[in-house]
Amino acid sequence: MTGSPRTRELAGGPGLFNTRHRFRTRVGSAFAVLCFLATVVGIFFLAVLLVDIWRDGAHRLSLDFLRNGQSRFPDRTGIKPALYGSLWVLLITAVVSFPLGVGTAIWLEEYAPNSRLKKLIQTNIANLAGVPSIVYGMLGLAIFVRAMAMGRSVLAAGFTLALLILPVIIIASQEAIRAVPSSIRLGAYALGATRWEMIRHHVLPIALPGILTGTILALSRAIGEAAPLIIVGALAFVPLPPRGLLDDFTVIPIQIFNWVSRPQREFQEIAAAGSIVLLVVLLTLNAAAIYLRNRYSRKW
Amino acid sequence: MQQEPRVTEEGAGRPTPAEAAASVMPQSPAAPAAAFGSGRPRGLGRPVSGARRRREVIIRNVLFAFSAVSILTTIGIVFALVREAFGFFREVSVFEFLTGTEWTPLFRPPRFGVLPLIAGSVLIAAGAALVALPVGLAAAIFLSEYAHGRVRRIIKPMLEILAGVPTVVYGYFALTFVTPLLRSIWPQIEVFNGASAALVMGVMIIPMVSSLSEDALSAVPSALREGAYALGATRFEVATRTVVPAALSGIFASFILAISRAIGETMIVTIAAGLTPKLTLNPFESIETMTAYIASTAAGDVPHGTVEYQTIFAVALTLFVITLLMNIISNVVLARYREVYE
Repeated sequence: MTGSPRTRELAGGPGLFNTRHRFRTRVGSAFAVLCFLATVVGIFFLAVLLVDIWRDGAHRLSLDFLRNGQSRFPDRTGIKPALYGSLWVLLITAVVSFPLGVGTAIWLEEYAPNSRLKKLIQTNIANLAGVPSIVYGMLGLAIFVRAMAMGRSVLAAGFTLALLILPVIIIASQEAIRAVPSSIRLGAYALGATRWEMIRHHVLPIALPGILTGTILALSRAIGEAAPLIIVGALAFVPLPPRGLLDDFTVIPIQIFNWVSRPQREFQEIAAAGSIVLLVVLLTLNAAAIYLRNRYSRKW
Repeated sequence: MQQEPRVTEEGAGRPTPAEAAASVMPQSPAAPAAAFGSGRPRGLGRPVSGARRRREVIIRNVLFAFSAVSILTTIGIVFALVREAFGFFREVSVFEFLTGTEWTPLFRPPRFGVLPLIAGSVLIAAGAALVALPVGLAAAIFLSEYAHGRVRRIIKPMLEILAGVPTVVYGYFALTFVTPLLRSIWPQIEVFNGASAALVMGVMIIPMVSSLSEDALSAVPSALREGAYALGATRFEVATRTVVPAALSGIFASFILAISRAIGETMIVTIAAGLTPKLTLNPFESIETMTAYIASTAAGDVPHGTVEYQTIFAVALTLFVITLLMNIISNVVLARYREVYE
């Protein structure tokens, strides 16, 4: 390198202004690679998990597995009562939590004055979202099972899970409603609509895909939950699907837990088969949510 | 959009017939017999009839009642936990509960020291944090600072799936895949152990750390990045010395939320970490967390009214208070230490 000592110093020689450029870019590339690896490590783990569960349980999957009730014999046991139980609970959860969650979101976004009450409710919802699911189980046990005398029933389970996913539905619906531009609202008012007419005919139809996506994702969380339902009392041996709202029940995650807890190798495989069924149900729900999001999402 | 339209502010009072007669507007088909609006000329269109106005008020009140459910839920949780825990604390002193080092509710005489259960939860959460915090933060930096839009659109949903896998399935995986794998490396590990559960739980909470941290990183204005580049910083230096410090409050908040989630998680630890309450820091032994105790005891169908039934409420109250404190801390960190730009 030619030039004055000062120039050499600037170009990376020893001195006050030492750029050490090559070293720094190398550190940078190493860091970028590390960050990339960190990103894919989770996905790699997911792949290993899916392959492992498929290899453990796929050979146990059959029509009989879907059609049979519980049995002490691994070859005869099936997932039908749990599958139906999950669907019942899911239905009740959806019917209860959807109107409550969307209604709360509408009130918070469209009606609530900017008051302390609104702030209190908003903070409360954020905190409820962080409450462990098992604590909701305790709530269900104390309030629905005992105080309201629903017993260890499908109904109590559905209500418990509805409260569990309520904060998720509220937050997702609020975001969807907030994304509706206010010019739409002003337009509706200008045409003489009342507030509810404005919401009903303009805000909700536009926000609906977002609300539904959030609700489906919340429901898919509910269908995978086991802990609160153990507390509410779903673990009993249930040979038949529920026939009414106050019947005994079990759900797929609880059934999997039940099978995992048994020492025999066969039941471990059946737990894996049950996990496959559960994951398929979940993937279907998630695919529906993604479809809704892509099909109906609009940019303003 | 918080502007109050006139319609609802005028209240639901039915106007006098004179006012109705004075109105020149056509009658509303929705409420043929109802009186018209307050008599102020409104031009063309449907008048705000009494019925429409009443409907507005009813709907507003119903929606408010829906919002109150979330408050009632909190009250219900506190009430349910405190009531049964109160019965428990009449038998066992709070001091003994919080400082005792043995948890043996079924022995004679029983011992009700919750520390072994808390230690179990902390051990698992610490192990999970060891996995999830560095990996999640690095993934967030990659997604926010390095990845292109398309890569991000592919990777983010895949990470979301990781967060959506049911925890029983993770529990199964921890017990039947991770534990045998760990045992093939260190044969002295027990079948039920904290390490395997912590590892799997760590992976489970990676998406939580990465997505919340990424939000915080993306919120850092690009002017800061450009300023750092202009001073000659490399991409690595921009990311670690400018963007990460600027987003630190959001990153910390995501860390705390993820740890709180790990403490509250139930199924992985119930299946894979064991049911042996033990005051230990050894991750290779069988332990028991607060959540696992609650789940396993409740699954055993304990009779209502016994001390054993009450213990699960006392432990759940402890768990609730711990996670609530962590969530509040995370909110305070977010609100207080946030760098506000613009």
